[in-house]
Amino acid sequence: MLEQIKFYQTGSNTVGNRLLNPAMRTIQASTDRPNGLISGHRACQGCGEALGARYAIDAALKATNGQLMVVNATGCLEVFSTPYPESAWKLPWVHSLFGNAAAVGSGLAAAAQVLAKRNGDANAPRIIAQGGDGGTTDIGFGALSGMFDRNDDVLYICYDNEAYMNTGVQRSSATPPSARTATTQLVGDHPGADWGKGKDLPLIAMAHGIPYVATATVADLRDLENKVTKAMSFHGARYIQILVPCPLGWGLASNSTVSAARMAMETGFFPVYEAEYGKITSVRKIRQKQPVLNYLKMQRRYAHLTGKKADPNVVARLQALCDANIKNFGLLGDDEPNAPVAIQAYERSQAV
Amino acid sequence: MLEQIEGSLGVAKAVALCRPGVVCAYPISPQTHIVENLGKFVKNGELKDCDFLNVESEFSAISVSIGSEVGGARTYTATASQGLLFMTEGIYSASGLGLPIVMTVASRAIGGPINIWNDHSDSLSQRDSGWLQLFCESNQDAVDTHIMAFKIAEKVGLPVMVCMDGFVLTHAFERLDIPSQETVDKFLKPYEPKEYLNTKEPVSIGAMVGPEAFTEVRLLQQRKMAKALDVIEEVTKEYRELTGSKSGGLLDCYNCENADLKLIILGSTVGTAKDEIDRLKAEGINVGIISLKSFRPFPYAAIKEAIGDTKQVICVERAFSFGARGIICPEVKRAVEGTSCDVKTVVAGLGGRPIFGTTINGIVKDALAGKFTEEFTFFDVNADVLNSYTQKHEGVTFNKGPINQSAIEKSVKA
Repeated sequence: MLEQIKFYQTGSNTVGNRLLNPAMRTIQASTDRPNGLISGHRACQGCGEALGARYAIDAALKATNGQLMVVNATGCLEVFSTPYPESAWKLPWVHSLFGNAAAVGSGLAAAAQVLAKRNGDANAPRIIAQGGDGGTTDIGFGALSGMFDRNDDVLYICYDNEAYMNTGVQRSSATPPSARTATTQLVGDHPGADWGKGKDLPLIAMAHGIPYVATATVADLRDLENKVTKAMSFHGARYIQILVPCPLGWGLASNSTVSAARMAMETGFFPVYEAEYGKITSVRKIRQKQPVLNYLKMQRRYAHLTGKKADPNVVARLQALCDANIKNFGLLGDDEPNAPVAIQAYERSQAV
Repeated sequence: MLEQIEGSLGVAKAVALCRPGVVCAYPISPQTHIVENLGKFVKNGELKDCDFLNVESEFSAISVSIGSEVGGARTYTATASQGLLFMTEGIYSASGLGLPIVMTVASRAIGGPINIWNDHSDSLSQRDSGWLQLFCESNQDAVDTHIMAFKIAEKVGLPVMVCMDGFVLTHAFERLDIPSQETVDKFLKPYEPKEYLNTKEPVSIGAMVGPEAFTEVRLLQQRKMAKALDVIEEVTKEYRELTGSKSGGLLDCYNCENADLKLIILGSTVGTAKDEIDRLKAEGINVGIISLKSFRPFPYAAIKEAIGDTKQVICVERAFSFGARGIICPEVKRAVEGTSCDVKTVVAGLGGRPIFGTTINGIVKDALAGKFTEEFTFFDVNADVLNSYTQKHEGVTFNKGPINQSAIEKSVKA
């Protein structure tokens, strides 16, 4: 829906909210907002994860008419929202471990369905399991893949800030190449994170053939809300990965969280799309293509690539990555990408 | 109803009678037959309103169980050995969150070297995890203890491991008395969780607790364990009255009147030992057996009472603590502190090495002859196997027969 917009605020690539019709505007505050994650929590200034979680959970609360329960992996979101005896969650919420949120979600969904059936209740509460990229792509990966495999009725949301921020910014398998983290420091011949490592979890999720997979960022909150709402219209395993810049970990000004997320989309660094049953169904097109350097310049984790001693070859490689994304996902043209689909997707789409 | 069936099938039937809402399965020998049978009961409709989940690891088995208990469903899973260790992080989470999961541990040795046979190193490795650990003597004991375990867990607000010896019990065909559904329904009401996740009364479960309240949380957990001692006895009494069963309890005494020596044993070895003790009695040797049913909580007072005036106690242990000594013995010593009772560990039956009647006979006779001069002795060790390595590589030779701690220490200095 947002693809049709052709006007932007000067200098920021922002779609002018006031220029949109009311149905398409992003709403910060309104009386019917569920406020599942309320203010007063201990997130850092400019936290992308807090912003992403607030919009995702509120959209899901609306979509389920409040029949929602949340499982949280260990991580920033868990720590800053529930220091005993306080809680910033106004909905049923549980935290068990770092690597088991998806499995706890499966168990909770099973219990909710069994209890609803016993009580003759037609609508069992729905389940969201959520965690950061470390809890999702690394330590929680096995449990997540198992949840996808069983097609359990859980929406898993990964708040991707591309490193282990809660423990002090260490590399995860979602950390991009050349990025500085505490375990990929800016020393030696190849400063920052190694090239040729990491994994693409949205594509891995799609390879499970599950009903719905999407990526989103905190720069397009309405798009994020729409995707969460859409995800809740499906039953079975679903996955949304939201890019949530971390001012502390990325070395980003705390008022640039949204700008950085937008730049990640406009450069092709983070492709935004959605897929149903393993097949990409829509792609968020780049509006005003930006060179990757503009994205790197905003962040001190890439300071070694933008100063006088910067290696232009590395910047060129990062630009090539973005260009590959643009080509593979069709981020500029009118075409949607056409890739092979897991056979499990056929199986699941027929079952529904 | 009396049936001649495999122990695992008996346990599966017992669990099904308890009407769990969620059963989680991951294969690992020797517990697998239990969940296979439960999967069948769910699929053929014998076990209704129950979700059976095939998960991808034991870590997820315990995690799904955590989720379903948090969601208010009675939950069962089973594991053993490596699987229990793979669960460990979730084991602590489940007890810390006070979730009354019931889990069978089909006790099996831990690798490496990998070994699939029975000893108690898996369950005893989780002794500090905050779970109740109830050991079973026989398959009948296992059937009854599983049914009692749900009630005990839900009354105490802590998870329970029902520990039954792998293969020796799980794979043994025996005559079992399976209670009727009507009896179990009378004994065990539908699960009504005190606190669980629901949308009517939203709560946050599993918050981060810092130094300001962590000690208190732990003390309250210890308090639940203290309550568990009474609950186990109450529930056992109620179950025995209802069914006429002799299972359960904190411990069980056999031939303990005026015994010159008492053996403290966990699990299926008790049955073997009882037979041998009867034979010894004919020889005029009077030995008592204390079958320790509840290892956690540890029944110090009941153990002290069961030992009574007996001056010599041997703990026959199927696991030990590397770099230290026995695991059961120090607990028993605490129970009889201040008395003149002599308590020692005899290690036997590791990694499936069978404990025969002759093994028990040997332990009793050596004990009465005063041959156990130290607290810690490996009893059924084969010096030939040992020497085939130590002689060749270090020129060290062990004598045949039991090997005690100082012999081990001396061999290092030689």
